[in-house]
Amino acid sequence: MKVFVPKDSAAVSVGADEVAELLARAGAQVVRTGSRGMLWLEPLVEVETDAGRVGYGPVAPEDVDGLVAAGMLDGTAPGLGLVEDLPWMRAQQRLTFVRVGVVDPADPADHERHGGLDGLRAALGMDPADVVTAVTDSGLRGRGGAGFPTGVKWKTVADAESELKFVCCNADEGDSGTFADRMLMEGDPFTLLTGMTIAAYAVGASEGYVYVRSEYPDAVAALRTAIVAARGQGWLGESVLGSGFAFDVHVRVGAGAYICGEETSMLESLEGKRGTVRPKPPIPALEGLFGHPTVVNNVLSLASVPTILADGAEAYAALGVGRSRGTQVFQLGGNIARGGVLETAFGISLGELVETFGGGTLSGRPVRAVQVGGPLGAYLPVEQFDLPMDYEAFAASGAMVGHGGIVVFDDTVDMSSMARFAMEFCAEESCGRCTPCRIGAVRGVETIDRIRAGEDREANLVLLEDLCELMTDGSLCAMGGLTPLPVRSAITHFGEDFR
Amino acid sequence: MSIEAPPGPVDEVVSRAVEAHRGSRGALLPILHAVQEELGHVPPSVVPVLAGRLNLSTAEVHGVVTFYRDFRTTPPGRVTVRVCRAEACRAVGGEALMEHAAASLGVTRGGTTPDGAVTLDEVFCLGNCALGPAVQVGDRLHGRVTPARLDALIGQGR
Repeated sequence: MKVFVPKDSAAVSVGADEVAELLARAGAQVVRTGSRGMLWLEPLVEVETDAGRVGYGPVAPEDVDGLVAAGMLDGTAPGLGLVEDLPWMRAQQRLTFVRVGVVDPADPADHERHGGLDGLRAALGMDPADVVTAVTDSGLRGRGGAGFPTGVKWKTVADAESELKFVCCNADEGDSGTFADRMLMEGDPFTLLTGMTIAAYAVGASEGYVYVRSEYPDAVAALRTAIVAARGQGWLGESVLGSGFAFDVHVRVGAGAYICGEETSMLESLEGKRGTVRPKPPIPALEGLFGHPTVVNNVLSLASVPTILADGAEAYAALGVGRSRGTQVFQLGGNIARGGVLETAFGISLGELVETFGGGTLSGRPVRAVQVGGPLGAYLPVEQFDLPMDYEAFAASGAMVGHGGIVVFDDTVDMSSMARFAMEFCAEESCGRCTPCRIGAVRGVETIDRIRAGEDREANLVLLEDLCELMTDGSLCAMGGLTPLPVRSAITHFGEDFR
Repeated sequence: MSIEAPPGPVDEVVSRAVEAHRGSRGALLPILHAVQEELGHVPPSVVPVLAGRLNLSTAEVHGVVTFYRDFRTTPPGRVTVRVCRAEACRAVGGEALMEHAAASLGVTRGGTTPDGAVTLDEVFCLGNCALGPAVQVGDRLHGRVTPARLDALIGQGR
């Protein structure tokens, strides 16, 4: 009897390794997969039956003996039922994450069996320019947060004249509340490699780098294993799938600097330098890594490409709303009853995500605030739960979708302390290149401390607003430029916490 | 306690790291990671040696070592405990957990216990935001960590 136990580091963080070992000792054939994304059910054990995979979770190590005795290993013990039929799974449209939690991430044959190479095969059968057009037509926008049209970026690189071009994957997922990049790299790394290969073929690049943060050792290991396997299969190397097109990928590990998630800092770091921000222009598409034309895309942008090529740009573009096409992988974190990742078309409301999928808070207290889009995203009150997840709708409300991470806080949160933390974080992580960010964040912490201490509140609130305006307008990159977003939104929506 | 590794071994470690990444583009970070992996930290004596091998200035290498949080110039404790201080973990008591850790170990953030057993550090996000508070002990991630569980994890690590 085959059972599936996640090896995803979140599942392991609550005991999945111990559960897997006990099940193996009980005689089960254990396959380690990624996580389905229902993290509140981890460790989630799935048992293969004729009807499909039957789920049990959360399974603590001490539960294993009892469950096995009750018939878990043939799927007859009472459990969650078929995993695919769980409401959380049925309500999704999983394209980028379709194989995560299903396949063995270290097994290329399993990847291919589940259709993982369809997109790459389709792309290699097309003219590179047509691949760029397909990505443009799909409406795919950068999933890292900025939302820049991926096809437009690729076209710029494709049109640039150079002997040497690069594809760099930004896997420096430092935003709190985001973990989808990590889960994809741990759960289905071949899809990322395939997406990078398609990008390289489309723009004429020969070398790829994945820049992974050092806080993700399991993702680094999963990628390295996958790269070795992919080279062995001829999916990477001198002639990708026998096409004559040459491309290889290398993993580089960050060193604990949040700013290296900013694309130009990441390029500096890849070059072996301090991760300071470069002024733009020149844009990386024209002068990127070591001065050569470079595609810089987020993990999920690149991992969405294979499905677009496999099923066609139209199918992808048919999903979503407005100029936000396709699906987004949303991440629910913080004080939430049912946290995890789910993939669905743009347009779903913030409230549906937090309440219907997430089930409200873990503490059982009322939701007071949610932060959307990471530490540089706005804090929103429940009154804005009808906002659709759509880049433009969020921007119009002074917020941002970002990487699709949503962090929930209950009514015990002190929003002035969260605003202070936004400034503290910026002061800690600023690269130091520009003054508004480097000095402004320090002054921001001091000013918020004065407000919290009741010193000359009104005047200091005016000063803080002035500082926020300066940081927004005068910073080189999004670190200093967007830190005012959580600060200002906290003041706007939760002003009582500053009085 | 001496914070300088003897020069002989340092030289060998640097040579091995440089050799292992020969042919890699811009390999200073992977080399520094390799040095730290072997020595536990990047001793200041490595900087001029590495600068010479890579044809960089001492200032350039020093600048990189000091820019990145991961690279330490002094040895860490035998086990490093990182408590997440970012938003998602704060929403479920991460700050209280950090305060508990500091109080029970008797060190401040970034500090090492006098017996050299445990280094307590802060980290901004471990990617375990749905199962916070999150803590990393060595390379191992832990979720839903209560103060009691943290004490137990630290006890095991000692």
